Amino acid sequence: MIPAGFEYHRPTDIGAALSILQEHGDEARVIAGGHSLIPMMKLRMADIGHLVDLQDIGELRGIATDGGTAVIGAMVTQHELITHDGLASAIPLIREASLQIADPQVRYLGTIGGNVANGDPGNDMPGLMQCLDAQFELTGPDGSRTVPARAFYEAAYFTARDDEEILARIHIPIPGAGTGYAYEKQKRKIGDYATAASAVLISVQGGSCSAASIAMTNLADTPIWAAAAAAALVGSSLDDAARSAAVAAAVEAIDPVSDNRGPVEFKKHVAGVVLRRAIDRAASRAS
Amino acid sequence: MSKMHVKMTVNGKAVEALAEPRTLLIHFLREDLKITGPHIGCETSHCGACTVDLDGKSVKACTVFVAQANGAEVTTVEGLVNDDGSLGVIQEMFREHHGLQCGFCTPGMITRAHLLLQENPTPSEEDIRFGIAGNLCRCTGYQNIVKAIAASADALNAQKEAAE
Ligand SMILES: Cc1cc2nc3c(=O)[nH]c(=O)nc-3n(C[C@H](O)[C@H](O)[C@H](O)COP(=O)(O)OP(=O)(O)OC[C@H]3O[C@@H](n4cnc5c(N)ncnc54)[C@H](O)[C@@H]3O)c2cc1C
Ligand code: FES
Ligand code: FES
Repeated sequence: MIPAGFEYHRPTDIGAALSILQEHGDEARVIAGGHSLIPMMKLRMADIGHLVDLQDIGELRGIATDGGTAVIGAMVTQHELITHDGLASAIPLIREASLQIADPQVRYLGTIGGNVANGDPGNDMPGLMQCLDAQFELTGPDGSRTVPARAFYEAAYFTARDDEEILARIHIPIPGAGTGYAYEKQKRKIGDYATAASAVLISVQGGSCSAASIAMTNLADTPIWAAAAAAALVGSSLDDAARSAAVAAAVEAIDPVSDNRGPVEFKKHVAGVVLRRAIDRAASRAS
Repeated sequence: MSKMHVKMTVNGKAVEALAEPRTLLIHFLREDLKITGPHIGCETSHCGACTVDLDGKSVKACTVFVAQANGAEVTTVEGLVNDDGSLGVIQEMFREHHGLQCGFCTPGMITRAHLLLQENPTPSEEDIRFGIAGNLCRCTGYQNIVKAIAASADALNAQKEAAE
């Protein structure tokens, strides 16, 4: 399990990293925590001439939760997301989801930026970010632009990010006080990707659901933000019929493939089960 | 590919070497530095036998390039002995509570337990199980490992109190 050789770069600011990417084009790739990329390189599924390590770029770190928006640097690790109390009180859904990713060792190095930029349908954060309506701030040779998480994923390993762009920061609107939340994930064992996972936010006002957001993970070649499922909850009293209608709409929206985590029918069944649990837990937390 | 100059602190000692950037940290430790405490179980980021402490993080040394660890401080199970060379508290508790059978997973388990107890000196049984979820053991069934870590927590806390 030895990857092919590469030239190693460790720039200390984004500008320097961008010029290495521009100079070497297709041959260069950034590395964050390396916990998706190194396994691919060991399998020789990724052929990289120049590896650009982002670890010394201070401006890619840090978590801020003042104002109505959380701003998270791309190099913030999953461990840091979990242990940051300010973030956990602003958006508890992020801690609940992060605790279900991989295992402790992976979470010490794996970053939020790598997880969302990777484009692997198995990653948990893309769906989480769609549920939260996050905005991805990309920096390239021509400056910065922002792409909504809900418009970022095109197909497995294909995203709206250009090769010469670096994901710098993620901006997430902080849900209003009393918003119910849940991240529910079915996996075969600790450290496994989801057989099915679901992120849910629910707001209630005067006894009925005023807003909802639902995203599904590893059930298609991109995360699925299930607008029709959320619409089935909005305006309802969150009664059993509305919850079942939401589950039916989400199962309609996904497109799982048969693999070593099970056949299509099984995955659709599990998707329905995890979503129903997530809706139930989010509803019980909404006030 | 050209070799790079690598400098790091391993178990408190400064080391310098030439290595290809693609060299995995676990191979660098075991083959170049002859530090063979951290083991290779799977080499695919799954088993945790290769766990070392890298700048205060528990990491799988089979999933870190030596280039990424350049400049870092690394601690392996060898670095967790007492100053006089006798077994450190966690190592001693693993011995006393039969926290190992074949011993293959043990260096990774102990190195992971070391950081877990620094971050959470009074873990519940559930905290311990969750905290070592990245370390597989094929022998013990984990029960005695969990006991050994709980006993280590007590012993370390008693040591701290005595020192105060
Ligand atoms: C045993 C194991 C179990 C795992 N289980 C899970 C799981 O349950 N759920 C889950 O979601 N993930 C899981 N992972 C993956 C893990 O979370 C990775 O850390 C994560 O997917 C990638 O983050 P990284 O920082 O390691 O990125 P890297 O591996 O360094 O990079 C991944 C990709 O993103 C690109 N990239 C990284 N950062 C940027 C940036 N700032 N801008 C542009 N491109 C960038 C890289 O070029 C690369 O193509 C697991 C990994 C392992 C080894
Ligand atoms: S050898 Fe590194 S995780 Fe198994
Ligand atoms: S004691 Fe044999 S693998 Fe743990």
